[in-house]
Amino acid sequence: MNSFLKNYLTVIIINLIAFIWFIFSLIKDKNKTKESLKIALKTLFRTIPVIIIIIIFIGFLLGFLPPDIISRIVGEQAGFLGILVTAVLGSVLFIPALISFPLAASLLNGGASIMSVAAFITTLTMVGIVTLPLEIKEMGKKITILRNVFSFIFAVIIALIMGVIM
Amino acid sequence: MNSIGLNKSSGKIKQKKSLIRDYIIMGIIIVAALVTLFIFPDKSGPVLNISKNYFLELVMVLPAVMIIIGLFSVWIPKETVVKYMGKTSGIKGIFISIILGMLPTGPLYIAFPMAVALLKKGAKISNIIIFISAWACIKLPQELIEIQFLGIEFTLLRLTLTIIFVAIMGIIIEKIIEFTDRKKIKVEERV
Repeated sequence: MNSFLKNYLTVIIINLIAFIWFIFSLIKDKNKTKESLKIALKTLFRTIPVIIIIIIFIGFLLGFLPPDIISRIVGEQAGFLGILVTAVLGSVLFIPALISFPLAASLLNGGASIMSVAAFITTLTMVGIVTLPLEIKEMGKKITILRNVFSFIFAVIIALIMGVIM
Repeated sequence: MNSIGLNKSSGKIKQKKSLIRDYIIMGIIIVAALVTLFIFPDKSGPVLNISKNYFLELVMVLPAVMIIIGLFSVWIPKETVVKYMGKTSGIKGIFISIILGMLPTGPLYIAFPMAVALLKKGAKISNIIIFISAWACIKLPQELIEIQFLGIEFTLLRLTLTIIFVAIMGIIIEKIIEFTDRKKIKVEERV
């Protein structure tokens, strides 16, 4: 039950928000609700192909590069170059948080430095090479490139600071 | 209140074309993926399994997210977004963007259409960047797991640094975009 809640907490919350808001909307104004559904459908059809493509890529990425191989690569890196390598790896990979934190913990236990683990986790979440096509489609090329480049640089800086403090 | 504004008719045709193109690309990639799996039959188990998990997650959240985006664009007045996340929102805007991003609401690729909805309603670029970044790396339930596995010291330090740098990054990117846009407008004026 506990692990069920953990895994599906976001699913439950987001569906609950949508459901409650939708009911309220329906009670208050039927036409506006209809309009909102139209927008929802339009956005859905626009996003589906890119998201399906991303899911296929993630499947191939993790299918061909399983967590134990990743942890071996990250674990072997050292020094500033090591941080860069793990940061690049974190940018390219797409691993759900539920897997990435235990993976990071095992890396730390296996002797990897705090810096490279911090760089790995931060780029893993903030920089998304896999989700790039969708981000460009929605936000435009300029914002997307700037955001990912800066996120990468700041992730390395965050990692360095953490290594110094901890 | 329509989601696509301005030059409707030409925009609509263009949108339809790119929609068709996207679905064709999707079809090609699905076929290419199947062929690759056929060549590497030993990998097809894990690949299909992982894709299936993500697909299931998507099926469970995407409809709700789309309904929220639809309701948002119909019910939330532009003035509200401008007031809390627009040009004059200042530090309050940064905090609101971080908190909005932190809410437990699913994977990053869902954040992009939501960010666009906010942008269309008049949110500042810096706040949108902050919103996306917070969404990406500071998720509430996720942080409990980070504390559990990496310890409270590691987690808190990483989060504090991330929030600081994300705010700085949002502001820098906004300045760059404003600067280059101004330049472009000047060039266009001369032409």
